[in-house]
Amino acid sequence: MPFVNITIDDIRLQVPKDATILEAAQKATIKIPTLCHLELHNRQTVNQVASCRICVVEVDGRRNLAPACSTKVANNMVIRTHSPRVLKSRRVLLQLLLSNHPKDCLNCYASGACELQDLANQFHTDKNRFEGESSNFAIETSSAAITRDLNKCIRCRRCETACNDMQTVGVLSGIGRGFNMVVGPAFHAPLQDTQCVFCGQCVKVCPTGALMGKSHIDPVWDAINNPDKIVLVQTAPAVRAALGEEFGMEPGHTVTKQMVTALRRLGFDYVFDTNFAADLTIMEEATEFLHRLQHGGRLPMLTSCCPAWVKFFEHQFQDLLDVPSTCKSPQEMFGAIAKTYWAQKLGIDPAKIVVVSVMPCLSKKYEAARKELSSSGLQDVDYVLSTREIARMLREAGIDFLSLPAGEFDNPLGFSTGGADIFAVSGGVCEAALRMAAEVITGQPLETVDFEEVRGQRGLRHAGVEIAGKMVNVAIASGLGNARRLLEEIRSGKSSYHLIEIMACPGGCVGGGGQPFVDSKHEFEVIRKRSEAIYAEDAGKEIRSSQKNPYIQQLYKEFLGEPYGEKAHQLLHTGYTGREKL
Amino acid sequence: MATAKHSSAAATAPATPGADTAKYQQLEAFLTGLKVDGADLAGRRAVLIPALHRAQEIFSYLPTEVQKFIAAHLNLHVSEVNGVVSFYHYFKTKMSGKHTIEFCLGTACYVRGAAKLIEKAESMLKAKLGETTTDGLFTLGSLRCVGACSLAPVVQIDGKTYGRVTAEQIPAILAEYQK
Ligand code: SF4
Ligand code: SF4
Ligand code: SF4
Ligand code: FES
Repeated sequence: MPFVNITIDDIRLQVPKDATILEAAQKATIKIPTLCHLELHNRQTVNQVASCRICVVEVDGRRNLAPACSTKVANNMVIRTHSPRVLKSRRVLLQLLLSNHPKDCLNCYASGACELQDLANQFHTDKNRFEGESSNFAIETSSAAITRDLNKCIRCRRCETACNDMQTVGVLSGIGRGFNMVVGPAFHAPLQDTQCVFCGQCVKVCPTGALMGKSHIDPVWDAINNPDKIVLVQTAPAVRAALGEEFGMEPGHTVTKQMVTALRRLGFDYVFDTNFAADLTIMEEATEFLHRLQHGGRLPMLTSCCPAWVKFFEHQFQDLLDVPSTCKSPQEMFGAIAKTYWAQKLGIDPAKIVVVSVMPCLSKKYEAARKELSSSGLQDVDYVLSTREIARMLREAGIDFLSLPAGEFDNPLGFSTGGADIFAVSGGVCEAALRMAAEVITGQPLETVDFEEVRGQRGLRHAGVEIAGKMVNVAIASGLGNARRLLEEIRSGKSSYHLIEIMACPGGCVGGGGQPFVDSKHEFEVIRKRSEAIYAEDAGKEIRSSQKNPYIQQLYKEFLGEPYGEKAHQLLHTGYTGREKL
Repeated sequence: MATAKHSSAAATAPATPGADTAKYQQLEAFLTGLKVDGADLAGRRAVLIPALHRAQEIFSYLPTEVQKFIAAHLNLHVSEVNGVVSFYHYFKTKMSGKHTIEFCLGTACYVRGAAKLIEKAESMLKAKLGETTTDGLFTLGSLRCVGACSLAPVVQIDGKTYGRVTAEQIPAILAEYQK
């Protein structure tokens, strides 16, 4: 690659000729502030509207300041990143941005994780220099998952890039012009009326508090404090691999046992595990897969545990509604079993049970509200807290997370195998299903349960797995742009896959829209570390194949009967509806 | 209307009555002529503005359904199409009537009773400011000061100025266009 020589703040260095000034500065460990710039590494997605101009630098020989994020280096370029002119210009820009901002940081949920606030601190915008006309939008709360406060929007359009380019959902765009331009759905429609899948990737990249998950904290506190209710909490596999980050831990450690203690101290009556239901999902899904394989059913079979992915195909691939598995997601299976089997076992009136999920996900809030997911006659799941929300509740309650002693889940709905842990990572559901399917097909125990060939960080992967002399072709996609490619292959009849796993969030649920915020620059790395922690958790489990979970076996014996049987269908399976696209 | 972007259903005109079907067919013929099937994103984006121009010529404005129709045909997100439509003044998203009747709301006109004129016209035409009558004959609008303050209150119809208008004169003025 051809290189050029440049000088940044008197540091001379060589950089690739097509680098931007921003990238060159990073090499010299000089930090140039950015706001609208967003680079989702390894996701082939860049937001480069260069609209905010906070990144301007002085280039010798040029009259105007240049935006570092979108200006390419040139040979012998001399760049100054903090000259008086640069600093003054940045400060004025910030003051302009703030002139039209609510400046309500004390009451803003994003406080502490807001890039605008950070910049205001960094540049010490000590007075409100411009009193601009301020916007006065009503807060948009139409959906069950995401709340939009456009008054806090700085029109960087990062959300648009995440939604349109990475996810290819295409909900968000700059609508209108000038001062009246807003970033939102076409025709100013409320999010609820669009094809938004609530993956929350836009929330993750929003530098301010303009986009946020809808909070369930208040109703959960109410339920905990209501003596007539029995409040169950279930925790998704991905939460344990990220919750520690909220309390200052380095990414890459699971905190399962402290989390259990923390939830007990918050006041939940029973601390259960979504992992238990993940094992149950594998029983149903692998059996369904084998059924389709052996009876000439529809192939490939697509996984169905990600609600954002489910809504995506309901809108965008209405002609393929028979391809996904009919299995409910683990969180919903958990609710259905808790309000039937478990309630009966303990002789509790299911109407008294409140099921609270802790999820890495915002779409799970939407899923919990889907009317048809109520097989006991009651909604399977009542409230959904994101990883960020449960951390907030722990802080509210003054619980010192890092010094908590280890705790154990309650049984029977708290026991799980390694096959359940890996639901958190892209490829994990597929691997867990293979662990069971292979043993059922061959009738032999597997020598190793590690299917390394389906693991990895790439957004789109495929592998051939040999089972009893037959090739099973699997594909794995994370991120909806990648999912779309697989679906188009299926639609055109060119797909030769048997099993496809899809997760809406890049990297799978460890990178979910409800996980602790991470600077987008490091996100890929953080997701990799969380994934490694999950695989370590799996490897440390005594039992690693879902079908060997003794409590699951007991559940079938005492209550469900056969996997994929009649009762299972009634409680654990669902159907899909074609939906319009706005 | 099924607008699933990638389904074949998207390629047919929606079941709208009479004249509209013909218009959709006309638009469809134009869009097909653009030959963007298989084109990359940049290629499809490049034809968006010409497509919108043509659509506005055919429909005289760009209702939601037409924007969705174009998005489906060009395999673009509706949000992007609507983003472009709402960016340019030139594109209209509301139907305008055959005649545009505009009331000056400058200070002089306002003081001299523009509000009464609007009230009269609105009640006669059963449409509010910014709306179009159901027969499609008039669109009601307002103007900032047109600089004819000596003639206040001023009404313009299709650019023709009427000065010192009284509420009583409104029926006769409208009648000129109702023939
Ligand atoms: S939640 Fe996902 S689908 Fe919805 S607007 Fe955000 S990025 Fe797009
Ligand atoms: S909502 Fe957030 S990400 Fe989207 S444009 Fe506004 S500030 Fe940027
Ligand atoms: S991948 Fe996981 S976190 Fe992301 S939307 Fe799907 S279920 Fe939720
Ligand atoms: S970060 Fe460079 S212009 Fe916004």
